[in-house]
Amino acid sequence: MHTIYTDVLVIGGGLAGQRAAIGARRRGQEVIVLSLVPAKRSHSAAAQGGMQASLGNCLGGAGDNEDIHFADTVRGSDWGADQEVVRMFAHTAPKAIRELAAWGVPWNRVERGEREITVDGKKQTIREADAAHGLITSRNFGGTQKWRACYVSDGTGHAMLYTMSNQAIAAGIPVHERMEALALIHADGRCHGAIVRNLMSGELVAYVARATCIATGGFGRIYRVSTNAVINEGMGAAIALETGVAALGNMEAIQFHPTGIFPAGILVTEGCRGDGGLLLDGAEHRFMPDYEPEKKELASRDVVSRRMEEHIAAGHGAKTRFGEHLWLDIRLLGAAHIDTKLREVKEICQYFLGVDPVRELIPVRPAQHYSMGGVRTDHHGHSPQLRGLFAVGEAACWDMHGFNRLGGNSVAETVVAGMIVGEAIADFCESPEGALTLSTALVEDFGRREARHLATISDGHGDENAFDLIRRMQETMTAKVGIFRHAERLEEAVSSLQDLQRRSRNISLRSSAAGANPELVAAYRLQRMLKLAQCVAYGALQRTESRGAHYRADFPRRDDANWMRRTLAVWPDAKATLPNLGYEPLDIMRMEIPPGWRGYGARDYIENPQTALRQEQIEAVLATLEGADPETRQAALMPFKHLLPEHLRGPNQRLGEQS
Amino acid sequence: MTQIPVQQLGRTLQIEILRHNPRDPDSVPHLQTFEVEEADAMTLFIALNEIRETQDPSLQFDFVCRAGICGSCGMIINGRPGLACRTLTHQLPQRITLAPLPAFELIGDLSVNTGKWMRGMSERLETWVHRQDLEQSDLDSLEAPMEPQLAEQLYELERCIECGCCIAACGTAQMREDFVGAVGLNQITRFRLDPRDERSDAQFYELVGDETGVFGCMTLLGCEDMCPKDLPLATQIAFLRRRMVMAG
Repeated sequence: MHTIYTDVLVIGGGLAGQRAAIGARRRGQEVIVLSLVPAKRSHSAAAQGGMQASLGNCLGGAGDNEDIHFADTVRGSDWGADQEVVRMFAHTAPKAIRELAAWGVPWNRVERGEREITVDGKKQTIREADAAHGLITSRNFGGTQKWRACYVSDGTGHAMLYTMSNQAIAAGIPVHERMEALALIHADGRCHGAIVRNLMSGELVAYVARATCIATGGFGRIYRVSTNAVINEGMGAAIALETGVAALGNMEAIQFHPTGIFPAGILVTEGCRGDGGLLLDGAEHRFMPDYEPEKKELASRDVVSRRMEEHIAAGHGAKTRFGEHLWLDIRLLGAAHIDTKLREVKEICQYFLGVDPVRELIPVRPAQHYSMGGVRTDHHGHSPQLRGLFAVGEAACWDMHGFNRLGGNSVAETVVAGMIVGEAIADFCESPEGALTLSTALVEDFGRREARHLATISDGHGDENAFDLIRRMQETMTAKVGIFRHAERLEEAVSSLQDLQRRSRNISLRSSAAGANPELVAAYRLQRMLKLAQCVAYGALQRTESRGAHYRADFPRRDDANWMRRTLAVWPDAKATLPNLGYEPLDIMRMEIPPGWRGYGARDYIENPQTALRQEQIEAVLATLEGADPETRQAALMPFKHLLPEHLRGPNQRLGEQS
Repeated sequence: MTQIPVQQLGRTLQIEILRHNPRDPDSVPHLQTFEVEEADAMTLFIALNEIRETQDPSLQFDFVCRAGICGSCGMIINGRPGLACRTLTHQLPQRITLAPLPAFELIGDLSVNTGKWMRGMSERLETWVHRQDLEQSDLDSLEAPMEPQLAEQLYELERCIECGCCIAACGTAQMREDFVGAVGLNQITRFRLDPRDERSDAQFYELVGDETGVFGCMTLLGCEDMCPKDLPLATQIAFLRRRMVMAG
């Protein structure tokens, strides 16, 4: 088998993978990036509205800092996140954005003087400070106390990805395009690279590496209605699961974005609402203030999506032959704003709906959008179970999002985690543990196993059709493991998925086309997607509470007494149709912010007795530190800087502060 | 009241596709016609997937975002390059002819290797900010300010999605393989405009000051006419040509 040796193998060429690759390369490691598609076509490019970083340059962001970003993210996660990771993230985000600014991203900038904005349906005039002129500006997003989403019109992800890709090209990092990792090579708890299939020729190649990093993004395509690109099938997470060793965390935590255009499910950015757009029902009534008086359209995505579906279920949707939907109204923002700050949205509306959003309403309905779960890692992006395996970005459960991610925190995570994990990968490669010690027989074994598996599918004489089974899986997930979940429907989903898993071993291909053969690709990906789908459905069935985006109609309250726990799924038996689920505790006694009300959404939750104890402890610690600076007070509650690479520990300068 | 576009007439589309699989020694390029029942709000993305799922699973094509932003699905649609994912069938006649973009290496059927071409272009034109201190950037201090209008101008040029439609529509690119095309020249104007890039006009001249670069353009304007992102490509090329004449 053709074998390629490298220090670092990054699987996935989006923002997270490329930033981690650049980090490791700068430390002198040889790096190869594998990508299903040309790197600049990765799904990172689809991020529209912004990247959260607490710069606080514009008026709406004034007074912002890491503490507020941290608190917003923890509340957004519904206390499901690892708070140390959130601290690492919030502290590094301003550095990440400044790095990208130096590298060439044309971030929109503050313009001094008066300008008109739209807040709560009304026009206001504000005045931006002279001193802020030319610094990076930001817009409002859901679930945040400050305007913190830094943006490049509504092509933020595109601009970031192009800059990142160009810097990776400058660094001489090869991207092997149209290559798909089929299996991780591993033995005795150590990962050694991957068996990879060329999606042009169909040839199998072994990539042997000291460190392997999964950066393949989310797995939204297990759902029928998703904003995700068609490549977001979660193959990185799936091959980690198929090791039987590495665990996936919180797979049931799936985000639904409030504004997928109806019925295609293509995303229009949260920036539409951040900039002042409103949600209207079938009677063109603005309904969100009725449900969420505090944050209205700008509560977190899980809350807004739930309220929208609730409102439709109450009979207030707009009815069409495709089904029911609601309206997004950005007309009040005006042509000048839409033509400069929401131009991709305008193009999408024109091309896919024949709608001009300057004059007309946009039909929307929540659609699957983001996978909070993924390959479980430690603070450094390293799998605790499988050494030498790292994960970064949406593919990982690093766990800064818990059970709901805030808008603008995903692209921010990609680059921040890339900066941190790239260093950790280099540290690992430089350590004795990172030495390459595998036998070539092991590589051959894995190669033969994958070749046999493909041959089994190609030579199959069953009566099942891969495309048909994919559709059934997607329909099951959208119908039964969606926004509102219930034991009965989840049990049906689990059983349907088990049935589909059995049927997926009985496929016959109609085509034996030379090369990659798209039908064969669909067949082997289906088997892996079904495992991910089962982790989601089965995890959702077992979690008998409602937290963030995971809402159980039969257990509508967040249950801190029993469910301050992260789900871990492993799949040790390849023939099994269910994962093994385990749980790891989220320790309230170590939290900087113990569980409470989020500031929006349900006020009713089941308290954990430790919450009051921790709250008392925090008050006692802070009482001894009166007059101390915020950094000292924070460090006394939950130190985190030791977890960051040294060069990322410095304080972030803000407007009006000395450097 | 706003309405979702609905095609009321039940048409049967005849989709004729230029097929060829270079991996198969017996394959000869040929046109194959598929019949598809037109559905409401159907795009070529939906139609091609339906053909693959129900009629010919070997059909090759590329889609990623299916939202018109990633540039994967450029192809020749009834003689004109465009993005298949956002092309609604109801805007096309009943007979639709699809062919792969010319000037790129054919992978199979409608799939071409734009990624390899674009990477080659990026490496050759060094399409990144050139700066001495990039690795040592101080990440703790305030970012360097930039005029708001300049940032917007840069984004205007950076909206290119490297789909390859401008190359497919370019007379020069059909005649000389080494022409960097509107996509390359536009990127040069983007980095030339960016004060963070320290390269001089003389250095840009080294990159594009010949017939494979800005002097290869015949001003046929196909690039600008066919650009799915409506980038002002002809203006940018004309501007760059003047600058390069001065620099040369």
